[in-house]
Amino acid sequence: MSGGVEITVRVAEIEQATASVKRFRLASASGEPLPVFSAGSHVVVSMDDGGHRIRNPYSLIDRAPDGLSYRIGVLRTPNSRGGSIFMHERVSVGSELVITMPVNLFPLIRTGRKHVLVAGGIGVTPIYAMADELRSQNAPYEVHYAMRDEANGAFAAELVERHGDKVRLYRDDAREIIRVEEMLPNQPLGTHLYVCGPEGMINAILAGGRAAGWPVENLHSERFLAPPGGAPFSVALAKAGITAEVGPHQSLLEAIEEAGVDAPYLCRGGACGQCVTTVLSFEGELIHNDHYLTDEEKASGTKIMTCVSRLNGRELVLDL
Amino acid sequence: MGLQFKTETFRDDFTFSNSPEAIHRFPFPFDSDSYMYSVNIEQHMPGPPKSHVEFPIDIDEHYVAEMQDRAMVLKEDPLRCQALPHMLTAEWDLVELLMESMSKHYPEHFSLTKDGDRWHWVNRPLGIDQRFTFGDTATLPYPPMEYVTRQCQGDFALIDQRNDMLFMDAGMITTQADWSLDFDIGMSWTEWHGPVPLAHDLGIMDRALKFLLNLQQGRPVRRLNWTMTVNPRLDTSPENYHKWGVDRTTVTPENVGDKVHLRVELQALWRLPRSNAIVFSIRCYLIKMSELVTIPKWGRRFPRILKGLPPELAEYKGLTRYRDMTIKYLEQFDDGAPTSPGFFPD
Repeated sequence: MSGGVEITVRVAEIEQATASVKRFRLASASGEPLPVFSAGSHVVVSMDDGGHRIRNPYSLIDRAPDGLSYRIGVLRTPNSRGGSIFMHERVSVGSELVITMPVNLFPLIRTGRKHVLVAGGIGVTPIYAMADELRSQNAPYEVHYAMRDEANGAFAAELVERHGDKVRLYRDDAREIIRVEEMLPNQPLGTHLYVCGPEGMINAILAGGRAAGWPVENLHSERFLAPPGGAPFSVALAKAGITAEVGPHQSLLEAIEEAGVDAPYLCRGGACGQCVTTVLSFEGELIHNDHYLTDEEKASGTKIMTCVSRLNGRELVLDL
Repeated sequence: MGLQFKTETFRDDFTFSNSPEAIHRFPFPFDSDSYMYSVNIEQHMPGPPKSHVEFPIDIDEHYVAEMQDRAMVLKEDPLRCQALPHMLTAEWDLVELLMESMSKHYPEHFSLTKDGDRWHWVNRPLGIDQRFTFGDTATLPYPPMEYVTRQCQGDFALIDQRNDMLFMDAGMITTQADWSLDFDIGMSWTEWHGPVPLAHDLGIMDRALKFLLNLQQGRPVRRLNWTMTVNPRLDTSPENYHKWGVDRTTVTPENVGDKVHLRVELQALWRLPRSNAIVFSIRCYLIKMSELVTIPKWGRRFPRILKGLPPELAEYKGLTRYRDMTIKYLEQFDDGAPTSPGFFPD
């Protein structure tokens, strides 16, 4: 519950969009319309894997015109800790899932004069929603979408159909790569850029933007980290008086939740800062994987983001 | 049973007063005998029946008179309502929030029917019957925010969120405690809170900003703020300081009970769904000292609060000139007995 209001949905449709991506239509279980959302929002999907709870954030692609369903896209990741495999193998039409209210950590900047949207692979899901919103507002925009090959371009046909020549596609197998140094220098002042995709691509695009002299305020990205695994350790929750073990493929937050403690969270991907927790003491080394804490905060050893960060050592004591 | 709307004024002859029911539901903002700033934010959940927080948007006996006062303010000074162009989506979000809440909780006074994007709004107290297309500004007689806030009690600011900062980019502000939308429009959170004393040093503004940046859809929050006003004047704006500033010199031991008012703002914040903007509502409640003391607990507590107020706060709230006279009046009603914890009357 600490993630906010929860909504029960039923899977209404599953589409094998590419060999590794499935698109799910999540329908309101109550029959009431699902909340309207702003482009760039995600929901956290909660899966019940035989008593073991997995929660993953997924960007919202769209909301049906009648308001009764959302679409999300899920890439099957080979080193999945269970979430994407569960969605691909265990979820079928009729399955019930629980989602949070939409949360937007990747919003369009409405004062922007123009918007350049850049997507790689499954990173297209928020970009798809952003392009739709910009079209409906008659705002100037362009879309750059990089995919492995034609069979992997799950969203390419739909994007072209909806946005025509505003879309430019890049196929890895045809050696087409996004040339950031060509894309950025001739944009009008006041243009904002948004990128979502693999870590390396995001870094390259942002670096290109800075090299082209763009202000950092005009460069936006969203990276959801899957919580990296690591050596197991134990966590002691001082207020609750509980000690729990964090498994090698489990996140600190998941272990805390499994111990029955309702800890705060929002994005579960190292971005929003909601799960920041005070560290009372630790033996070993804190492994900070988030994009939220400052370098000073990380070095201080007094704060940790439980959703993606962990301990390389024996025991961590938290103020929970 | 519907509300009985009063005929009263907030200017000139100042005929405003509260019925006994309105006094009882007044949002008295002190839960103990001393006051200091705190973030004091809580979830905006439905409160006790008949209280000011029973519903998300509170409509009361002053509704019609307040809307007439707002119309007069706007006629004299249209700049009390302004919206930067990029806030249009947020304006429509606000239309939806207010119309849905008002029609759901006060069905005898307001109704909303929808056929897709074609909406039909009926406001019986103000005699309005409007059909329009949601999202199409040309189908309303005013821009969307102005249209709906001419029909809803409380000031409203629409706040855009960009690059982890909040910006005051639209608003309908006619019942303010001495701040100006025309001055603040376009400013960031840190700019518009610049004048607040003490709170910055306490780190309150930074913590509140961090909290609001993560404000979630479906989880509105609220807080109470307070000041004092001489005469029941809703429009205590900087623009009209020449009209009301002098009121502070007119308080005498004979008139203090009727002239001096506690002014409480129920401030609520919602994350808006289409725009990802935040709406900040500032709903003003006024109560005369002579009305306040009819609740014995409040009559005991309020003079104790005023006596303990730090001088910077008294100055910021503009009550230095008449504080002592007010304390003297209120002390007649404080027998020194202990007060029970919490806001509500015993």
